[in-house]
Parts: sequence; structure tokens; C-alpha cells
Amino acid sequence: MGALLGVLLAGLTLVSLFVGVSDVTPASLLAGGADGTAAFLLAASRAPRTVAVLLAGASLGIAGLIMQMLVRNKFVEPGTTGVTEFATFGMLLTTVLAPGLSVMGKAGVAAVFGLLGTWVFLRVIRAVPVRQLVLVPLVGIMLGGVVAALTTFVAYRLDLLQSLGQWAQGSFTTVMAGRYELVWLAGAMVVVAWFAADRFSVVGLGEEMATNLGLSYRRVVAVGMVVIAVITATVLVTAGMIPFLGLVVPNVVSLVIGDNVRRSIGWVAGTGALLVLACDIVARTVRFPYEIPLSVIVGVVGAGLFLWLLLRRRSRAH
Amino acid sequence: MIALEKVTKRYGSTTVVDDVSLTFGGEGVAALIGPNGAGKSTLFSLVGRLLTADGGRVLVDGRDVTTAPSRELATTLAVLRQDNHVGARLTVGDLVEFGRFPHCGGRLTATDRDHVERAIDYLGLEPFRGRFLDELSGGQRQRAFIAMVLAQDTRYVLLDEPLNNLDLRHMTDMMKLLRRMADELDKRVIVVLHDINFAATYADRIVAMRDGRVVADAPAREVMTAEVLRSVYDAAVDVREIDGRPVALYYS
Ligand SMILES: Nc1ncnc2c1ncn2[C@@H]1O[C@H](COP(=O)(O)OP(=O)(O)O)[C@@H](O)[C@H]1O
Ligand SMILES: [Mg+2]
Repeated sequence: MGALLGVLLAGLTLVSLFVGVSDVTPASLLAGGADGTAAFLLAASRAPRTVAVLLAGASLGIAGLIMQMLVRNKFVEPGTTGVTEFATFGMLLTTVLAPGLSVMGKAGVAAVFGLLGTWVFLRVIRAVPVRQLVLVPLVGIMLGGVVAALTTFVAYRLDLLQSLGQWAQGSFTTVMAGRYELVWLAGAMVVVAWFAADRFSVVGLGEEMATNLGLSYRRVVAVGMVVIAVITATVLVTAGMIPFLGLVVPNVVSLVIGDNVRRSIGWVAGTGALLVLACDIVARTVRFPYEIPLSVIVGVVGAGLFLWLLLRRRSRAH
Repeated sequence: MIALEKVTKRYGSTTVVDDVSLTFGGEGVAALIGPNGAGKSTLFSLVGRLLTADGGRVLVDGRDVTTAPSRELATTLAVLRQDNHVGARLTVGDLVEFGRFPHCGGRLTATDRDHVERAIDYLGLEPFRGRFLDELSGGQRQRAFIAMVLAQDTRYVLLDEPLNNLDLRHMTDMMKLLRRMADELDKRVIVVLHDINFAATYADRIVAMRDGRVVADAPAREVMTAEVLRSVYDAAVDVREIDGRPVALYYS
């Protein structure tokens, strides 16, 4: 099964490199040589886009996975816990207060706000112990709703609703060399998560068991929060919001592989990357030569998968 | 040695552990008994650094549990709580391997694997090894948690009501296992029990708590008298000698 995932990823990566309005094919690459238009396009646009899509997909899956371990709830991800909304608010603030800030600076501010959002969410669900599992994301969605409303209000007042709309629609259309390197940071967070995989599994056993096993619960939660916030912020700044992914991918992997993070993390990263890459290729080809926003495709696919998971869960529970 | 020195824990204005001084470690198996709400689980949480005391201190081999490095403590002391909910889809094998975390940090060595095998074998979990925890019965799951604690291979093992969810045979097996842990593996087991006959049969010492205080602490036989048990539980308990052993009758 691992081999299949690898082959699919490699295949779609090639497709992604060669699909687009301009003619970039192995033949044109050979004909043009290293200085040809095809090679230029590949290096400046296609390759960066493909890398960004892969890293964003992998890291969003990981962000969802880590969040689900920290909260011990299968229905949470940055988008259902207010983290994305907080990060968006941070971006809006940089646009208003420091419009000249570099992309890196923007992402930094967004990450700090994302971290704040994670912290607020963890605080709230600790203070209001929610008995029912599905209520936890509802609390998060409400929290996100409040922040989103505030963001919209500020954007409306300052005539920035258009920017807000742009961020809300995740898309890799504008990704090119010089404007995407930030996602490597999300990739770095995947590596961090990889190293701390066992710690996240133990934290998933709950605070008491983690303490009994000699783990510093708070420290692991803090690391997890940073990983989540940085991934959310960098993907938001690079591509915008990509819904459902952090929710659906870890859940599907959990069904098959289980929740031992050491074992599942590679699957989550690979499946997340594959799903976003496939959706991005569809977004680029379905109305060729135009593109439709990636978030629309991911939204449809993700919502469908999510419904399936919910219904499946219900039929198993009773 | 586990030493509690004048340990007190309060929730608001109610004192649930009241100035308790106790030492464990002299005998192989010690049973902690007492009515619901006596403070047994709270006492375990204080020893296992899951709660901090409002007064007094807990020493494990001379080190204060609140300041000793947690990872090191986890190689000498293991506490299994009364209710363990694990929502994560983990297999029995995964769970038992996590018991080795304090020793290896996740990367299992050959020694770690030996401990895992032994724990799975002791608890008779081989047939369930690859099963997810949510696909087990309550008793099987309970045994998986015990196996995890056994794999942790600590000198002190604290088990809060480990007989929960176990059937007759597995209850007896569990008590025999605790005995073997003490006698063969030289561990010091402290176990919360509700069935005082199990306590009398398998424990060397019985500590009884009531309203946050220790009301009896003696070799098992001496606690098994009608007077002591009445003062602990506030209920009439008849103690008979059967085959030379005291047996408490409390069904009437
Ligand atoms: N988090 C808490 N907040 C308030 N009271 C608590 C809390 N946990 C336990 N208690 C109270 O402390 C007392 C002792 O509880 P516990 O140690 O669980 O008793 P036992 O394990 O002996 O049945 C009980 O009266 C219980 O209601
Ligand atoms: Mg209890």
C-alpha cells in the first residue's frame, strides 16, 4: 500500500509539472535546453507550485493529526478550532498596520495569532469540560465565528473585504519562485512532528498517563501548538484557506492504520499531499485554460469524505 | 520506599486526604481499602505526581515527587488510574510498548522488546496483540493497561481497582499475578481493592482509609475482624474462619 501511495505521488507530481497553459513537456524541455522558455517556466512556476502544493497538503494533514492528538478528539483541525480565523485576523492586521512587511513577516504575525488561537481554544475546552465529542469542534467553530466576524467588521470598515475574500479561497495560482519558499517552513514543521511522533502518541493517551510515563505534558503540548500555528500561518499566507483537509486525512488514515503517530504520520503526510495535488490538477484542468479555486474542489471532496466518515461512525456506534 | 509525610489535599473546603503519614515498600503486596470517597484514588494521584498536595510531601526513594525528574521517576514508579479512557485507535501491542517510553523514549531496544513480550505473556494478551483497544471487552482492555504498567518495569506499582471489569477467573489470575510481581520480580505492589477477601488472601498488609484518614494499617489477618471492618465501612460484616483463613461475609 505504501508503494502505491509513492507511485501515485510520483505520477501526479510529473503530471503537475507538465500541465498548464504554456507548453512544457519533456520534448519542449529537450528542444529548448537549459535556457529555453520551457525550462524557465518549469523552474519559475511549475516546480514551485508543485512543491508548494505537496508541502501544503502534507503539512495540513499533520497539523490536523497533531491537533487531534493534543485535544484527544477526532473532529478538530485548525479550521474547526478558531486557529485559522485567528491567523487570518493577524494577516489582516499586518495588511492594515504594516503593509510593507515581507511575506515572512506576515507569516510570522499570522503564526503568532494562530498560536494565540490554539491557546485560547485549549483554554476554553479545559475550562468548559465538554462531555460530548462532537461539541468540542462546535465550541471551536463558535470561537472561530466570533473572530471571523470581528475580522470581517474591521475589513469592511477599512475596505479590505476583497483581500479577505482572496485569502478565504485557497489557490496556488499565484505561487511562483520567490513567493512560495515560506512553505518550506511548513515542511520543517512536518520534520519536527516526525521526530516528536512518539511523544504525540503518548500525549494522546491523556495527561495522566503521559505524566505516569514521565513525559512533560505541557512541553509536548507547547511544541504541538507551535507546529500547528506555523503550518496554518504559512499555508494561509502562501495559498489561503484549504478546508477539511486536516480533518479528513488523519481520520481516513486512522481507520486503516490506527493512531500510533510513529506509524501513521507518513501516511497522513503522503495522503494529504496526494489529495491536494490531485485537487490542484483538477482545478487547473477542469475549465482549461482557466483555473477554478482549489478550495472549491478540496471543499467538495473533503465534505463528501467527511460526511462518509460521520455516517460510518454512526452506523458503527449503534 | 514510598513515604508520605503529613500529606493533605483539599478541594475547596473539603479535605479529601487529611494529614496522612504512611510508608510503603516493606512488603510485597499492600492492599488499600476503604469506602467510596475515602480518598484512595486521590492518595494515588498525589504519589503519582498527578495532583499536588496542599500540605506535606511524598518521597519516593528519598526524592520528592514534585521536584524529581519526571522521566526518572517513571522508571521507579508506575500508577494506573481507576478509569482509563483512551480514544486513540491503538493496538494492544502499541499500548504495551508505550510502557517502555520512560526507558527508551520510543525507540525500542532488544531489552525493551523482552519486557514487552514478558508483559504480554504474563497477562495472556498474545491473542489480542494486534487488536485495537476499542475492539476489546472491558476486562481485556483492563488487562492491556496492566500489561503496559508491567512493561514499564518499575519497582513500585500502584494499581487503582485493577479488578474492575474482570470476571471471576481473571480476578483471581490478576491477584496471583500481583503476587508473582512481588515474589518473582521483586516489585512492591500497592493495590486498591473493594473485595476484602481478595485483600486478605493475597496481600501482606492492609491499609484502610476512611474520610481521608488512615483508620487501620496492619498485617492482613489483623484487619480482618468484624470490629475493624465495621469501623471502616460502617456496615455489619461477619468474619468467619474457613479452612483456617478469615473470610468476610457481607452479602446479608
Ligand atoms: N476534582 C475533584 N473536585 C472535587 N472533589 C473531588 C475531586 N476529585 C475527588 N473529589 C472528592 O474527593 C473525595 C475522595 O475521592 P477519591 O479519592 O476518588 O475516593 P476513592 O477513590 O476512595 O473512592 C470524594 O469525596 C470525591 O467526591
Ligand atoms: Mg477511587
